[in-house]
Amino acid sequence: MKQYVGMEVSVALAEAVKLANADVIAAYPITPQTHIIEHLAELVASGELDAEYIPIESEHSAMSACLGSSAVGARTFTATAGQGLELMHEVLFVASAMRLPIVMAVANRAVSSPLSVWGDHSDVMACRDVGWIQIFAENGQEVVDNAICAFKMAEDNRVLLPVMLNLDGFHLSHMVEPVLMPEQKAVSDFLPLNNYPQPLNPDKPVAMGDFAPPVIFTEAKWAQEMSLRNSYSTILEVWDQFGKQFGRHYRPVEHYRTEGASTLLLTMGSFSETAMTAIDSLRDEGCKVGLIRLRLWRPFPFSDIREAVKGISNLIVLDRAISLGGPGGPAASEIKAAFYGEENKPKIVSFVAGLGGRDVTPKGFEEIITRGIEIAEKGSSNEYEIYGVRE
Amino acid sequence: MTKAENEITWKEINIGATVHEPGNASQYKTGDWRSNVPVVDFSKCIKCALCYIFCPEGCITKNDDGFFEIDMYYCKGCGICAEECPTDSIIMKEEKE
Repeated sequence: MKQYVGMEVSVALAEAVKLANADVIAAYPITPQTHIIEHLAELVASGELDAEYIPIESEHSAMSACLGSSAVGARTFTATAGQGLELMHEVLFVASAMRLPIVMAVANRAVSSPLSVWGDHSDVMACRDVGWIQIFAENGQEVVDNAICAFKMAEDNRVLLPVMLNLDGFHLSHMVEPVLMPEQKAVSDFLPLNNYPQPLNPDKPVAMGDFAPPVIFTEAKWAQEMSLRNSYSTILEVWDQFGKQFGRHYRPVEHYRTEGASTLLLTMGSFSETAMTAIDSLRDEGCKVGLIRLRLWRPFPFSDIREAVKGISNLIVLDRAISLGGPGGPAASEIKAAFYGEENKPKIVSFVAGLGGRDVTPKGFEEIITRGIEIAEKGSSNEYEIYGVRE
Repeated sequence: MTKAENEITWKEINIGATVHEPGNASQYKTGDWRSNVPVVDFSKCIKCALCYIFCPEGCITKNDDGFFEIDMYYCKGCGICAEECPTDSIIMKEEKE
């Protein structure tokens, strides 16, 4: 029985965490993540989800509690946003270095100041190098599906890394969307019990987060780097398995109307849905444009990106975060780096838009694409352009 | 640990760089941090044990004759034993090798 249900995306995400049968949720409420963990609290309080719920005093503590619960082998979930993500910043490094398969949803929010509770990607982009697998979802269904996949990816004993699932604050977290909730049995079949290989156990002591002198630190970091890079194949495998079982397919880089395109726009997160409308109308006008959506951010999908732009003249990368004093939007600068050594590469144009919750309309995407093509053809003295700023 | 730290490759690092052998910090040679080395003149030693009590590394032990010996594998050369010794039977010298 397949039935779409209209649900707030935050609630749908919490229901997905229930389907995944999480053991421990340690979280601190922060807008726009609040509805996710509020609904989980309700599910635990009503007995629908048999889990320990830790309403904790800060995000730093939330992630620290997640370390402990994940280290005993409990399936662990948390969620945060904006300042909350930054407050747990140092613990994020610990989670990945200890190889703890925590799953965290981030309802992406701008980082103060000025104070903004609204969405952009400046929170997660400040956490690029924390060693987590990072996925962006663009609609409610993707949030639900990828929450379930995230546990499977994280806990796979070939991976054992934390996974961050990004969903745009408000633009996605607070939308009511038609969502197809998978059935419990199907999720249980897909997602085996967490089988963490070295849980904390007094009978079999293990010390985590130990001291490493210079003679061993480089080896420890390289081992961690290899684990994140090698997680790529398991991520694909999990998505493939999910696709076979549930009929919805996910890839690191996804295409929309890219056939015969000479210009591609690259977006992440909820931008992508509106961008499709813009692509449609530009295509109707005869403009050869297409859209690629970056779903997997870490490990960075180098081969997929290079493959996606083969034969393309212009690539316009739209970031929803500003890299202050830097070379352009965070995604754009990484994509430029990924193409630096390539012989046949497109002209790459960096745009920043949608900061602090500002909407970008279909018309806005059309303007970005038109201006992007102009920059690609004529050049620009700017490292990047910011769309919509009032001069 | 079966291998010396400087021989372990990244592939041999435990998952998450965890340690499965309790107390293996004792294998860590802190003696090579040392630039000054304590030299003991046992003819002046009155066996008061102050060096033993004050050594922050815990690397001084009593031998069968009641004298206190310093384990150079761990001694970091901090000089506290020499500072505390009431008979100046411990002096710090620059370690050349």
